[in-house]
Amino acid sequence: MQRTLFEKLWDQHSVSRLPDGSELIYIDRIFLHERTGCIALNGLQDSGRELRNPRQVFCTMDHIIDTFPGRTDKTLMPGGTEFITKTREAAKFFNIKLFDINDHDQGISHMVSAEQGITLPGLTVVCPDSHTCTLGALGALAWGIGTSDCEHAMATETLRVEKPKQMRVRFEGTLNPGVSSKDIIMYLIKSYGASGGQGMAIEFCGPVIQQLSMEARFTLCNMTTEFSGFTALIAPDTTTFDYLSGKTYAPKKQHWEQAIKDWKMLFSDEDAVFDAELSINCSEIIPMISWGTSPAQSVFISDRIPILQDDAKKSAAQYMNVTNEQSLINMPIQGAFIGSCTNGRLSDLQAAAEILKGHKVSPNVKAVCTPGSAQVKLEAEQMGLHKIFIAAGFEWREPGCSLCFYAGGEGFSDGQRIISTTNRNFEGRQGRGARTHIASPMMVAAAAIEGKIVDCRRYLET
Amino acid sequence: MKKFIQHQGIVVPLLSDNIDTDQIIPSREMKKVSKLGLGEGLFSGQRYRYIGEEKEGPNPDFILNQAPYDKATVLLSGRNFGCGSSREHAVWALVEYGFRAIIAESFGTIFQNNCLRNGLLPVVLSAAQIQSIADEIGNTADAFSLKIDLQKRQVSSSKTPSYGFVLDDYSQQMLLNGWDFIELTLQFRQQIDQFIHHDRKLRAWAYL
Ligand code: SF4
Repeated sequence: MQRTLFEKLWDQHSVSRLPDGSELIYIDRIFLHERTGCIALNGLQDSGRELRNPRQVFCTMDHIIDTFPGRTDKTLMPGGTEFITKTREAAKFFNIKLFDINDHDQGISHMVSAEQGITLPGLTVVCPDSHTCTLGALGALAWGIGTSDCEHAMATETLRVEKPKQMRVRFEGTLNPGVSSKDIIMYLIKSYGASGGQGMAIEFCGPVIQQLSMEARFTLCNMTTEFSGFTALIAPDTTTFDYLSGKTYAPKKQHWEQAIKDWKMLFSDEDAVFDAELSINCSEIIPMISWGTSPAQSVFISDRIPILQDDAKKSAAQYMNVTNEQSLINMPIQGAFIGSCTNGRLSDLQAAAEILKGHKVSPNVKAVCTPGSAQVKLEAEQMGLHKIFIAAGFEWREPGCSLCFYAGGEGFSDGQRIISTTNRNFEGRQGRGARTHIASPMMVAAAAIEGKIVDCRRYLET
Repeated sequence: MKKFIQHQGIVVPLLSDNIDTDQIIPSREMKKVSKLGLGEGLFSGQRYRYIGEEKEGPNPDFILNQAPYDKATVLLSGRNFGCGSSREHAVWALVEYGFRAIIAESFGTIFQNNCLRNGLLPVVLSAAQIQSIADEIGNTADAFSLKIDLQKRQVSSSKTPSYGFVLDDYSQQMLLNGWDFIELTLQFRQQIDQFIHHDRKLRAWAYL
């Protein structure tokens, strides 16, 4: 029988079909963080239930901790310290591996999970965090769950899941200069709407995917939750294998060889059937920027905001203080943020530094760069990237979620306009009343320099 | 988990699409390592007035602060309700505030699962059905209430036709009986162990 990549993963993990038509799916890895994971661990403790396999459960600190240099358990987040200390206690109680605040391998959960080789092709991976779909880039079946389901997974090593529908998105053409995988995924969401992939397992494929680096693939899969997908998937290939080789928790020796053999079978068979298929011509894409309060409310940087026909668009425009058919170019900004599980990786920092080199951030802009993980921070410092950021006027932070969402209790102010490499431009996401425009690291770097939204391509060497 | 069998309550319309969990409960309201104490933070961005970052008092312009909607227990919304962050706090806040059911055209997947784990009934109706309920709310001077019968999987009122909704049998049983789903799965322990025993031989590399 011809099967999709998703079906191969699904069948491999199905323990039992349940009376309601859903299936009991075996879970290979559980990843936690101190905001939602902590509550799940405490819930398990309170119910007196056992955590079945502590070896396959991991936890990091990223959401509550602050990102200022010299940080401790104290944060600006109301009640934050309790989350940090209780997570530490619970991790110890259940004997699970914790990437603690100032460890050399701490970072944002979805980044650590990949960097450490905890997520591998062919595994099922869950985390009480909606951006777990990021890890589908490795060819793992990885999805975000709630706290109750997380307790379920820890207590039973399984989850009850209704088999999602399947979509395939083929990315054709080539990438134009100044265009990154952030722009591609924003373009997909803009084209088909914020619920365009509702509940579906979405496989990304095509010539453009094959050419993308592992890091760029993570960025692409990351925003599948903004497309309302159940998760994203990319068939593993040599890019994937090279990325994983030698990682701490990746298989070694004969296990590695067997794994590679298995992983090479992870692709959709030629005649496998999807419930929906889309195709995107990437040659048409230029840098994107969001104008509203949903990632779908985005435009090419050269385009104008559409005519605001419906109430949702009108209220988004009102919140963002933008109007009908306005161009975003030259709109003054007060904040610029580079980081997050979308764009907090080494290649993102490199792309931004390339533009920042020799320039200064506009004096009216609070500019912050937060590497997504300690490993990224270290590598960036070894390359001297931090000097470029600091010389330009960026704050250089400790790893974590940071200003992506008020992490560490820190936000931008009411009415401020921010350009950000993050994934969500929801109302109040970066602070009550703060207006977020999401874009690529290159776009954020260029805007930080000019103090206003610009087309980053003017900074590219010709 | 609290059972859901039948419920009759006032409906409040919040009809926009894509109401995300950041709006339902902003991060700054999640102050404790606890599933409780979240009702006050529900929709806090709109529900309160602020001076700087401090709450000054209720925002009278927000519908949940207006009679009769301040007594609402059923929320009516548009497409993709509960999208965004996986935070189960959104459901805990809605439940603690007093909501028993959410009617929407569609739901964020994680949010919908979270509802079912906490006795909050997610009801999917079509855009036209939602519009007809909204119209009826607009036409009713006093409180408009709906009756939701989970056994019949039906929504009805004295003023609108009855609408059936889809919910799988299993979820229906869970809610009707208030079952603990972890307990139910633990009954499969033997089967799970057999699966692992077999799988370990096939995928030795996957086990740490
Ligand atoms: S960086 Fe932002 S989106 Fe990513 S896990 Fe942290 S808070 Fe969530």
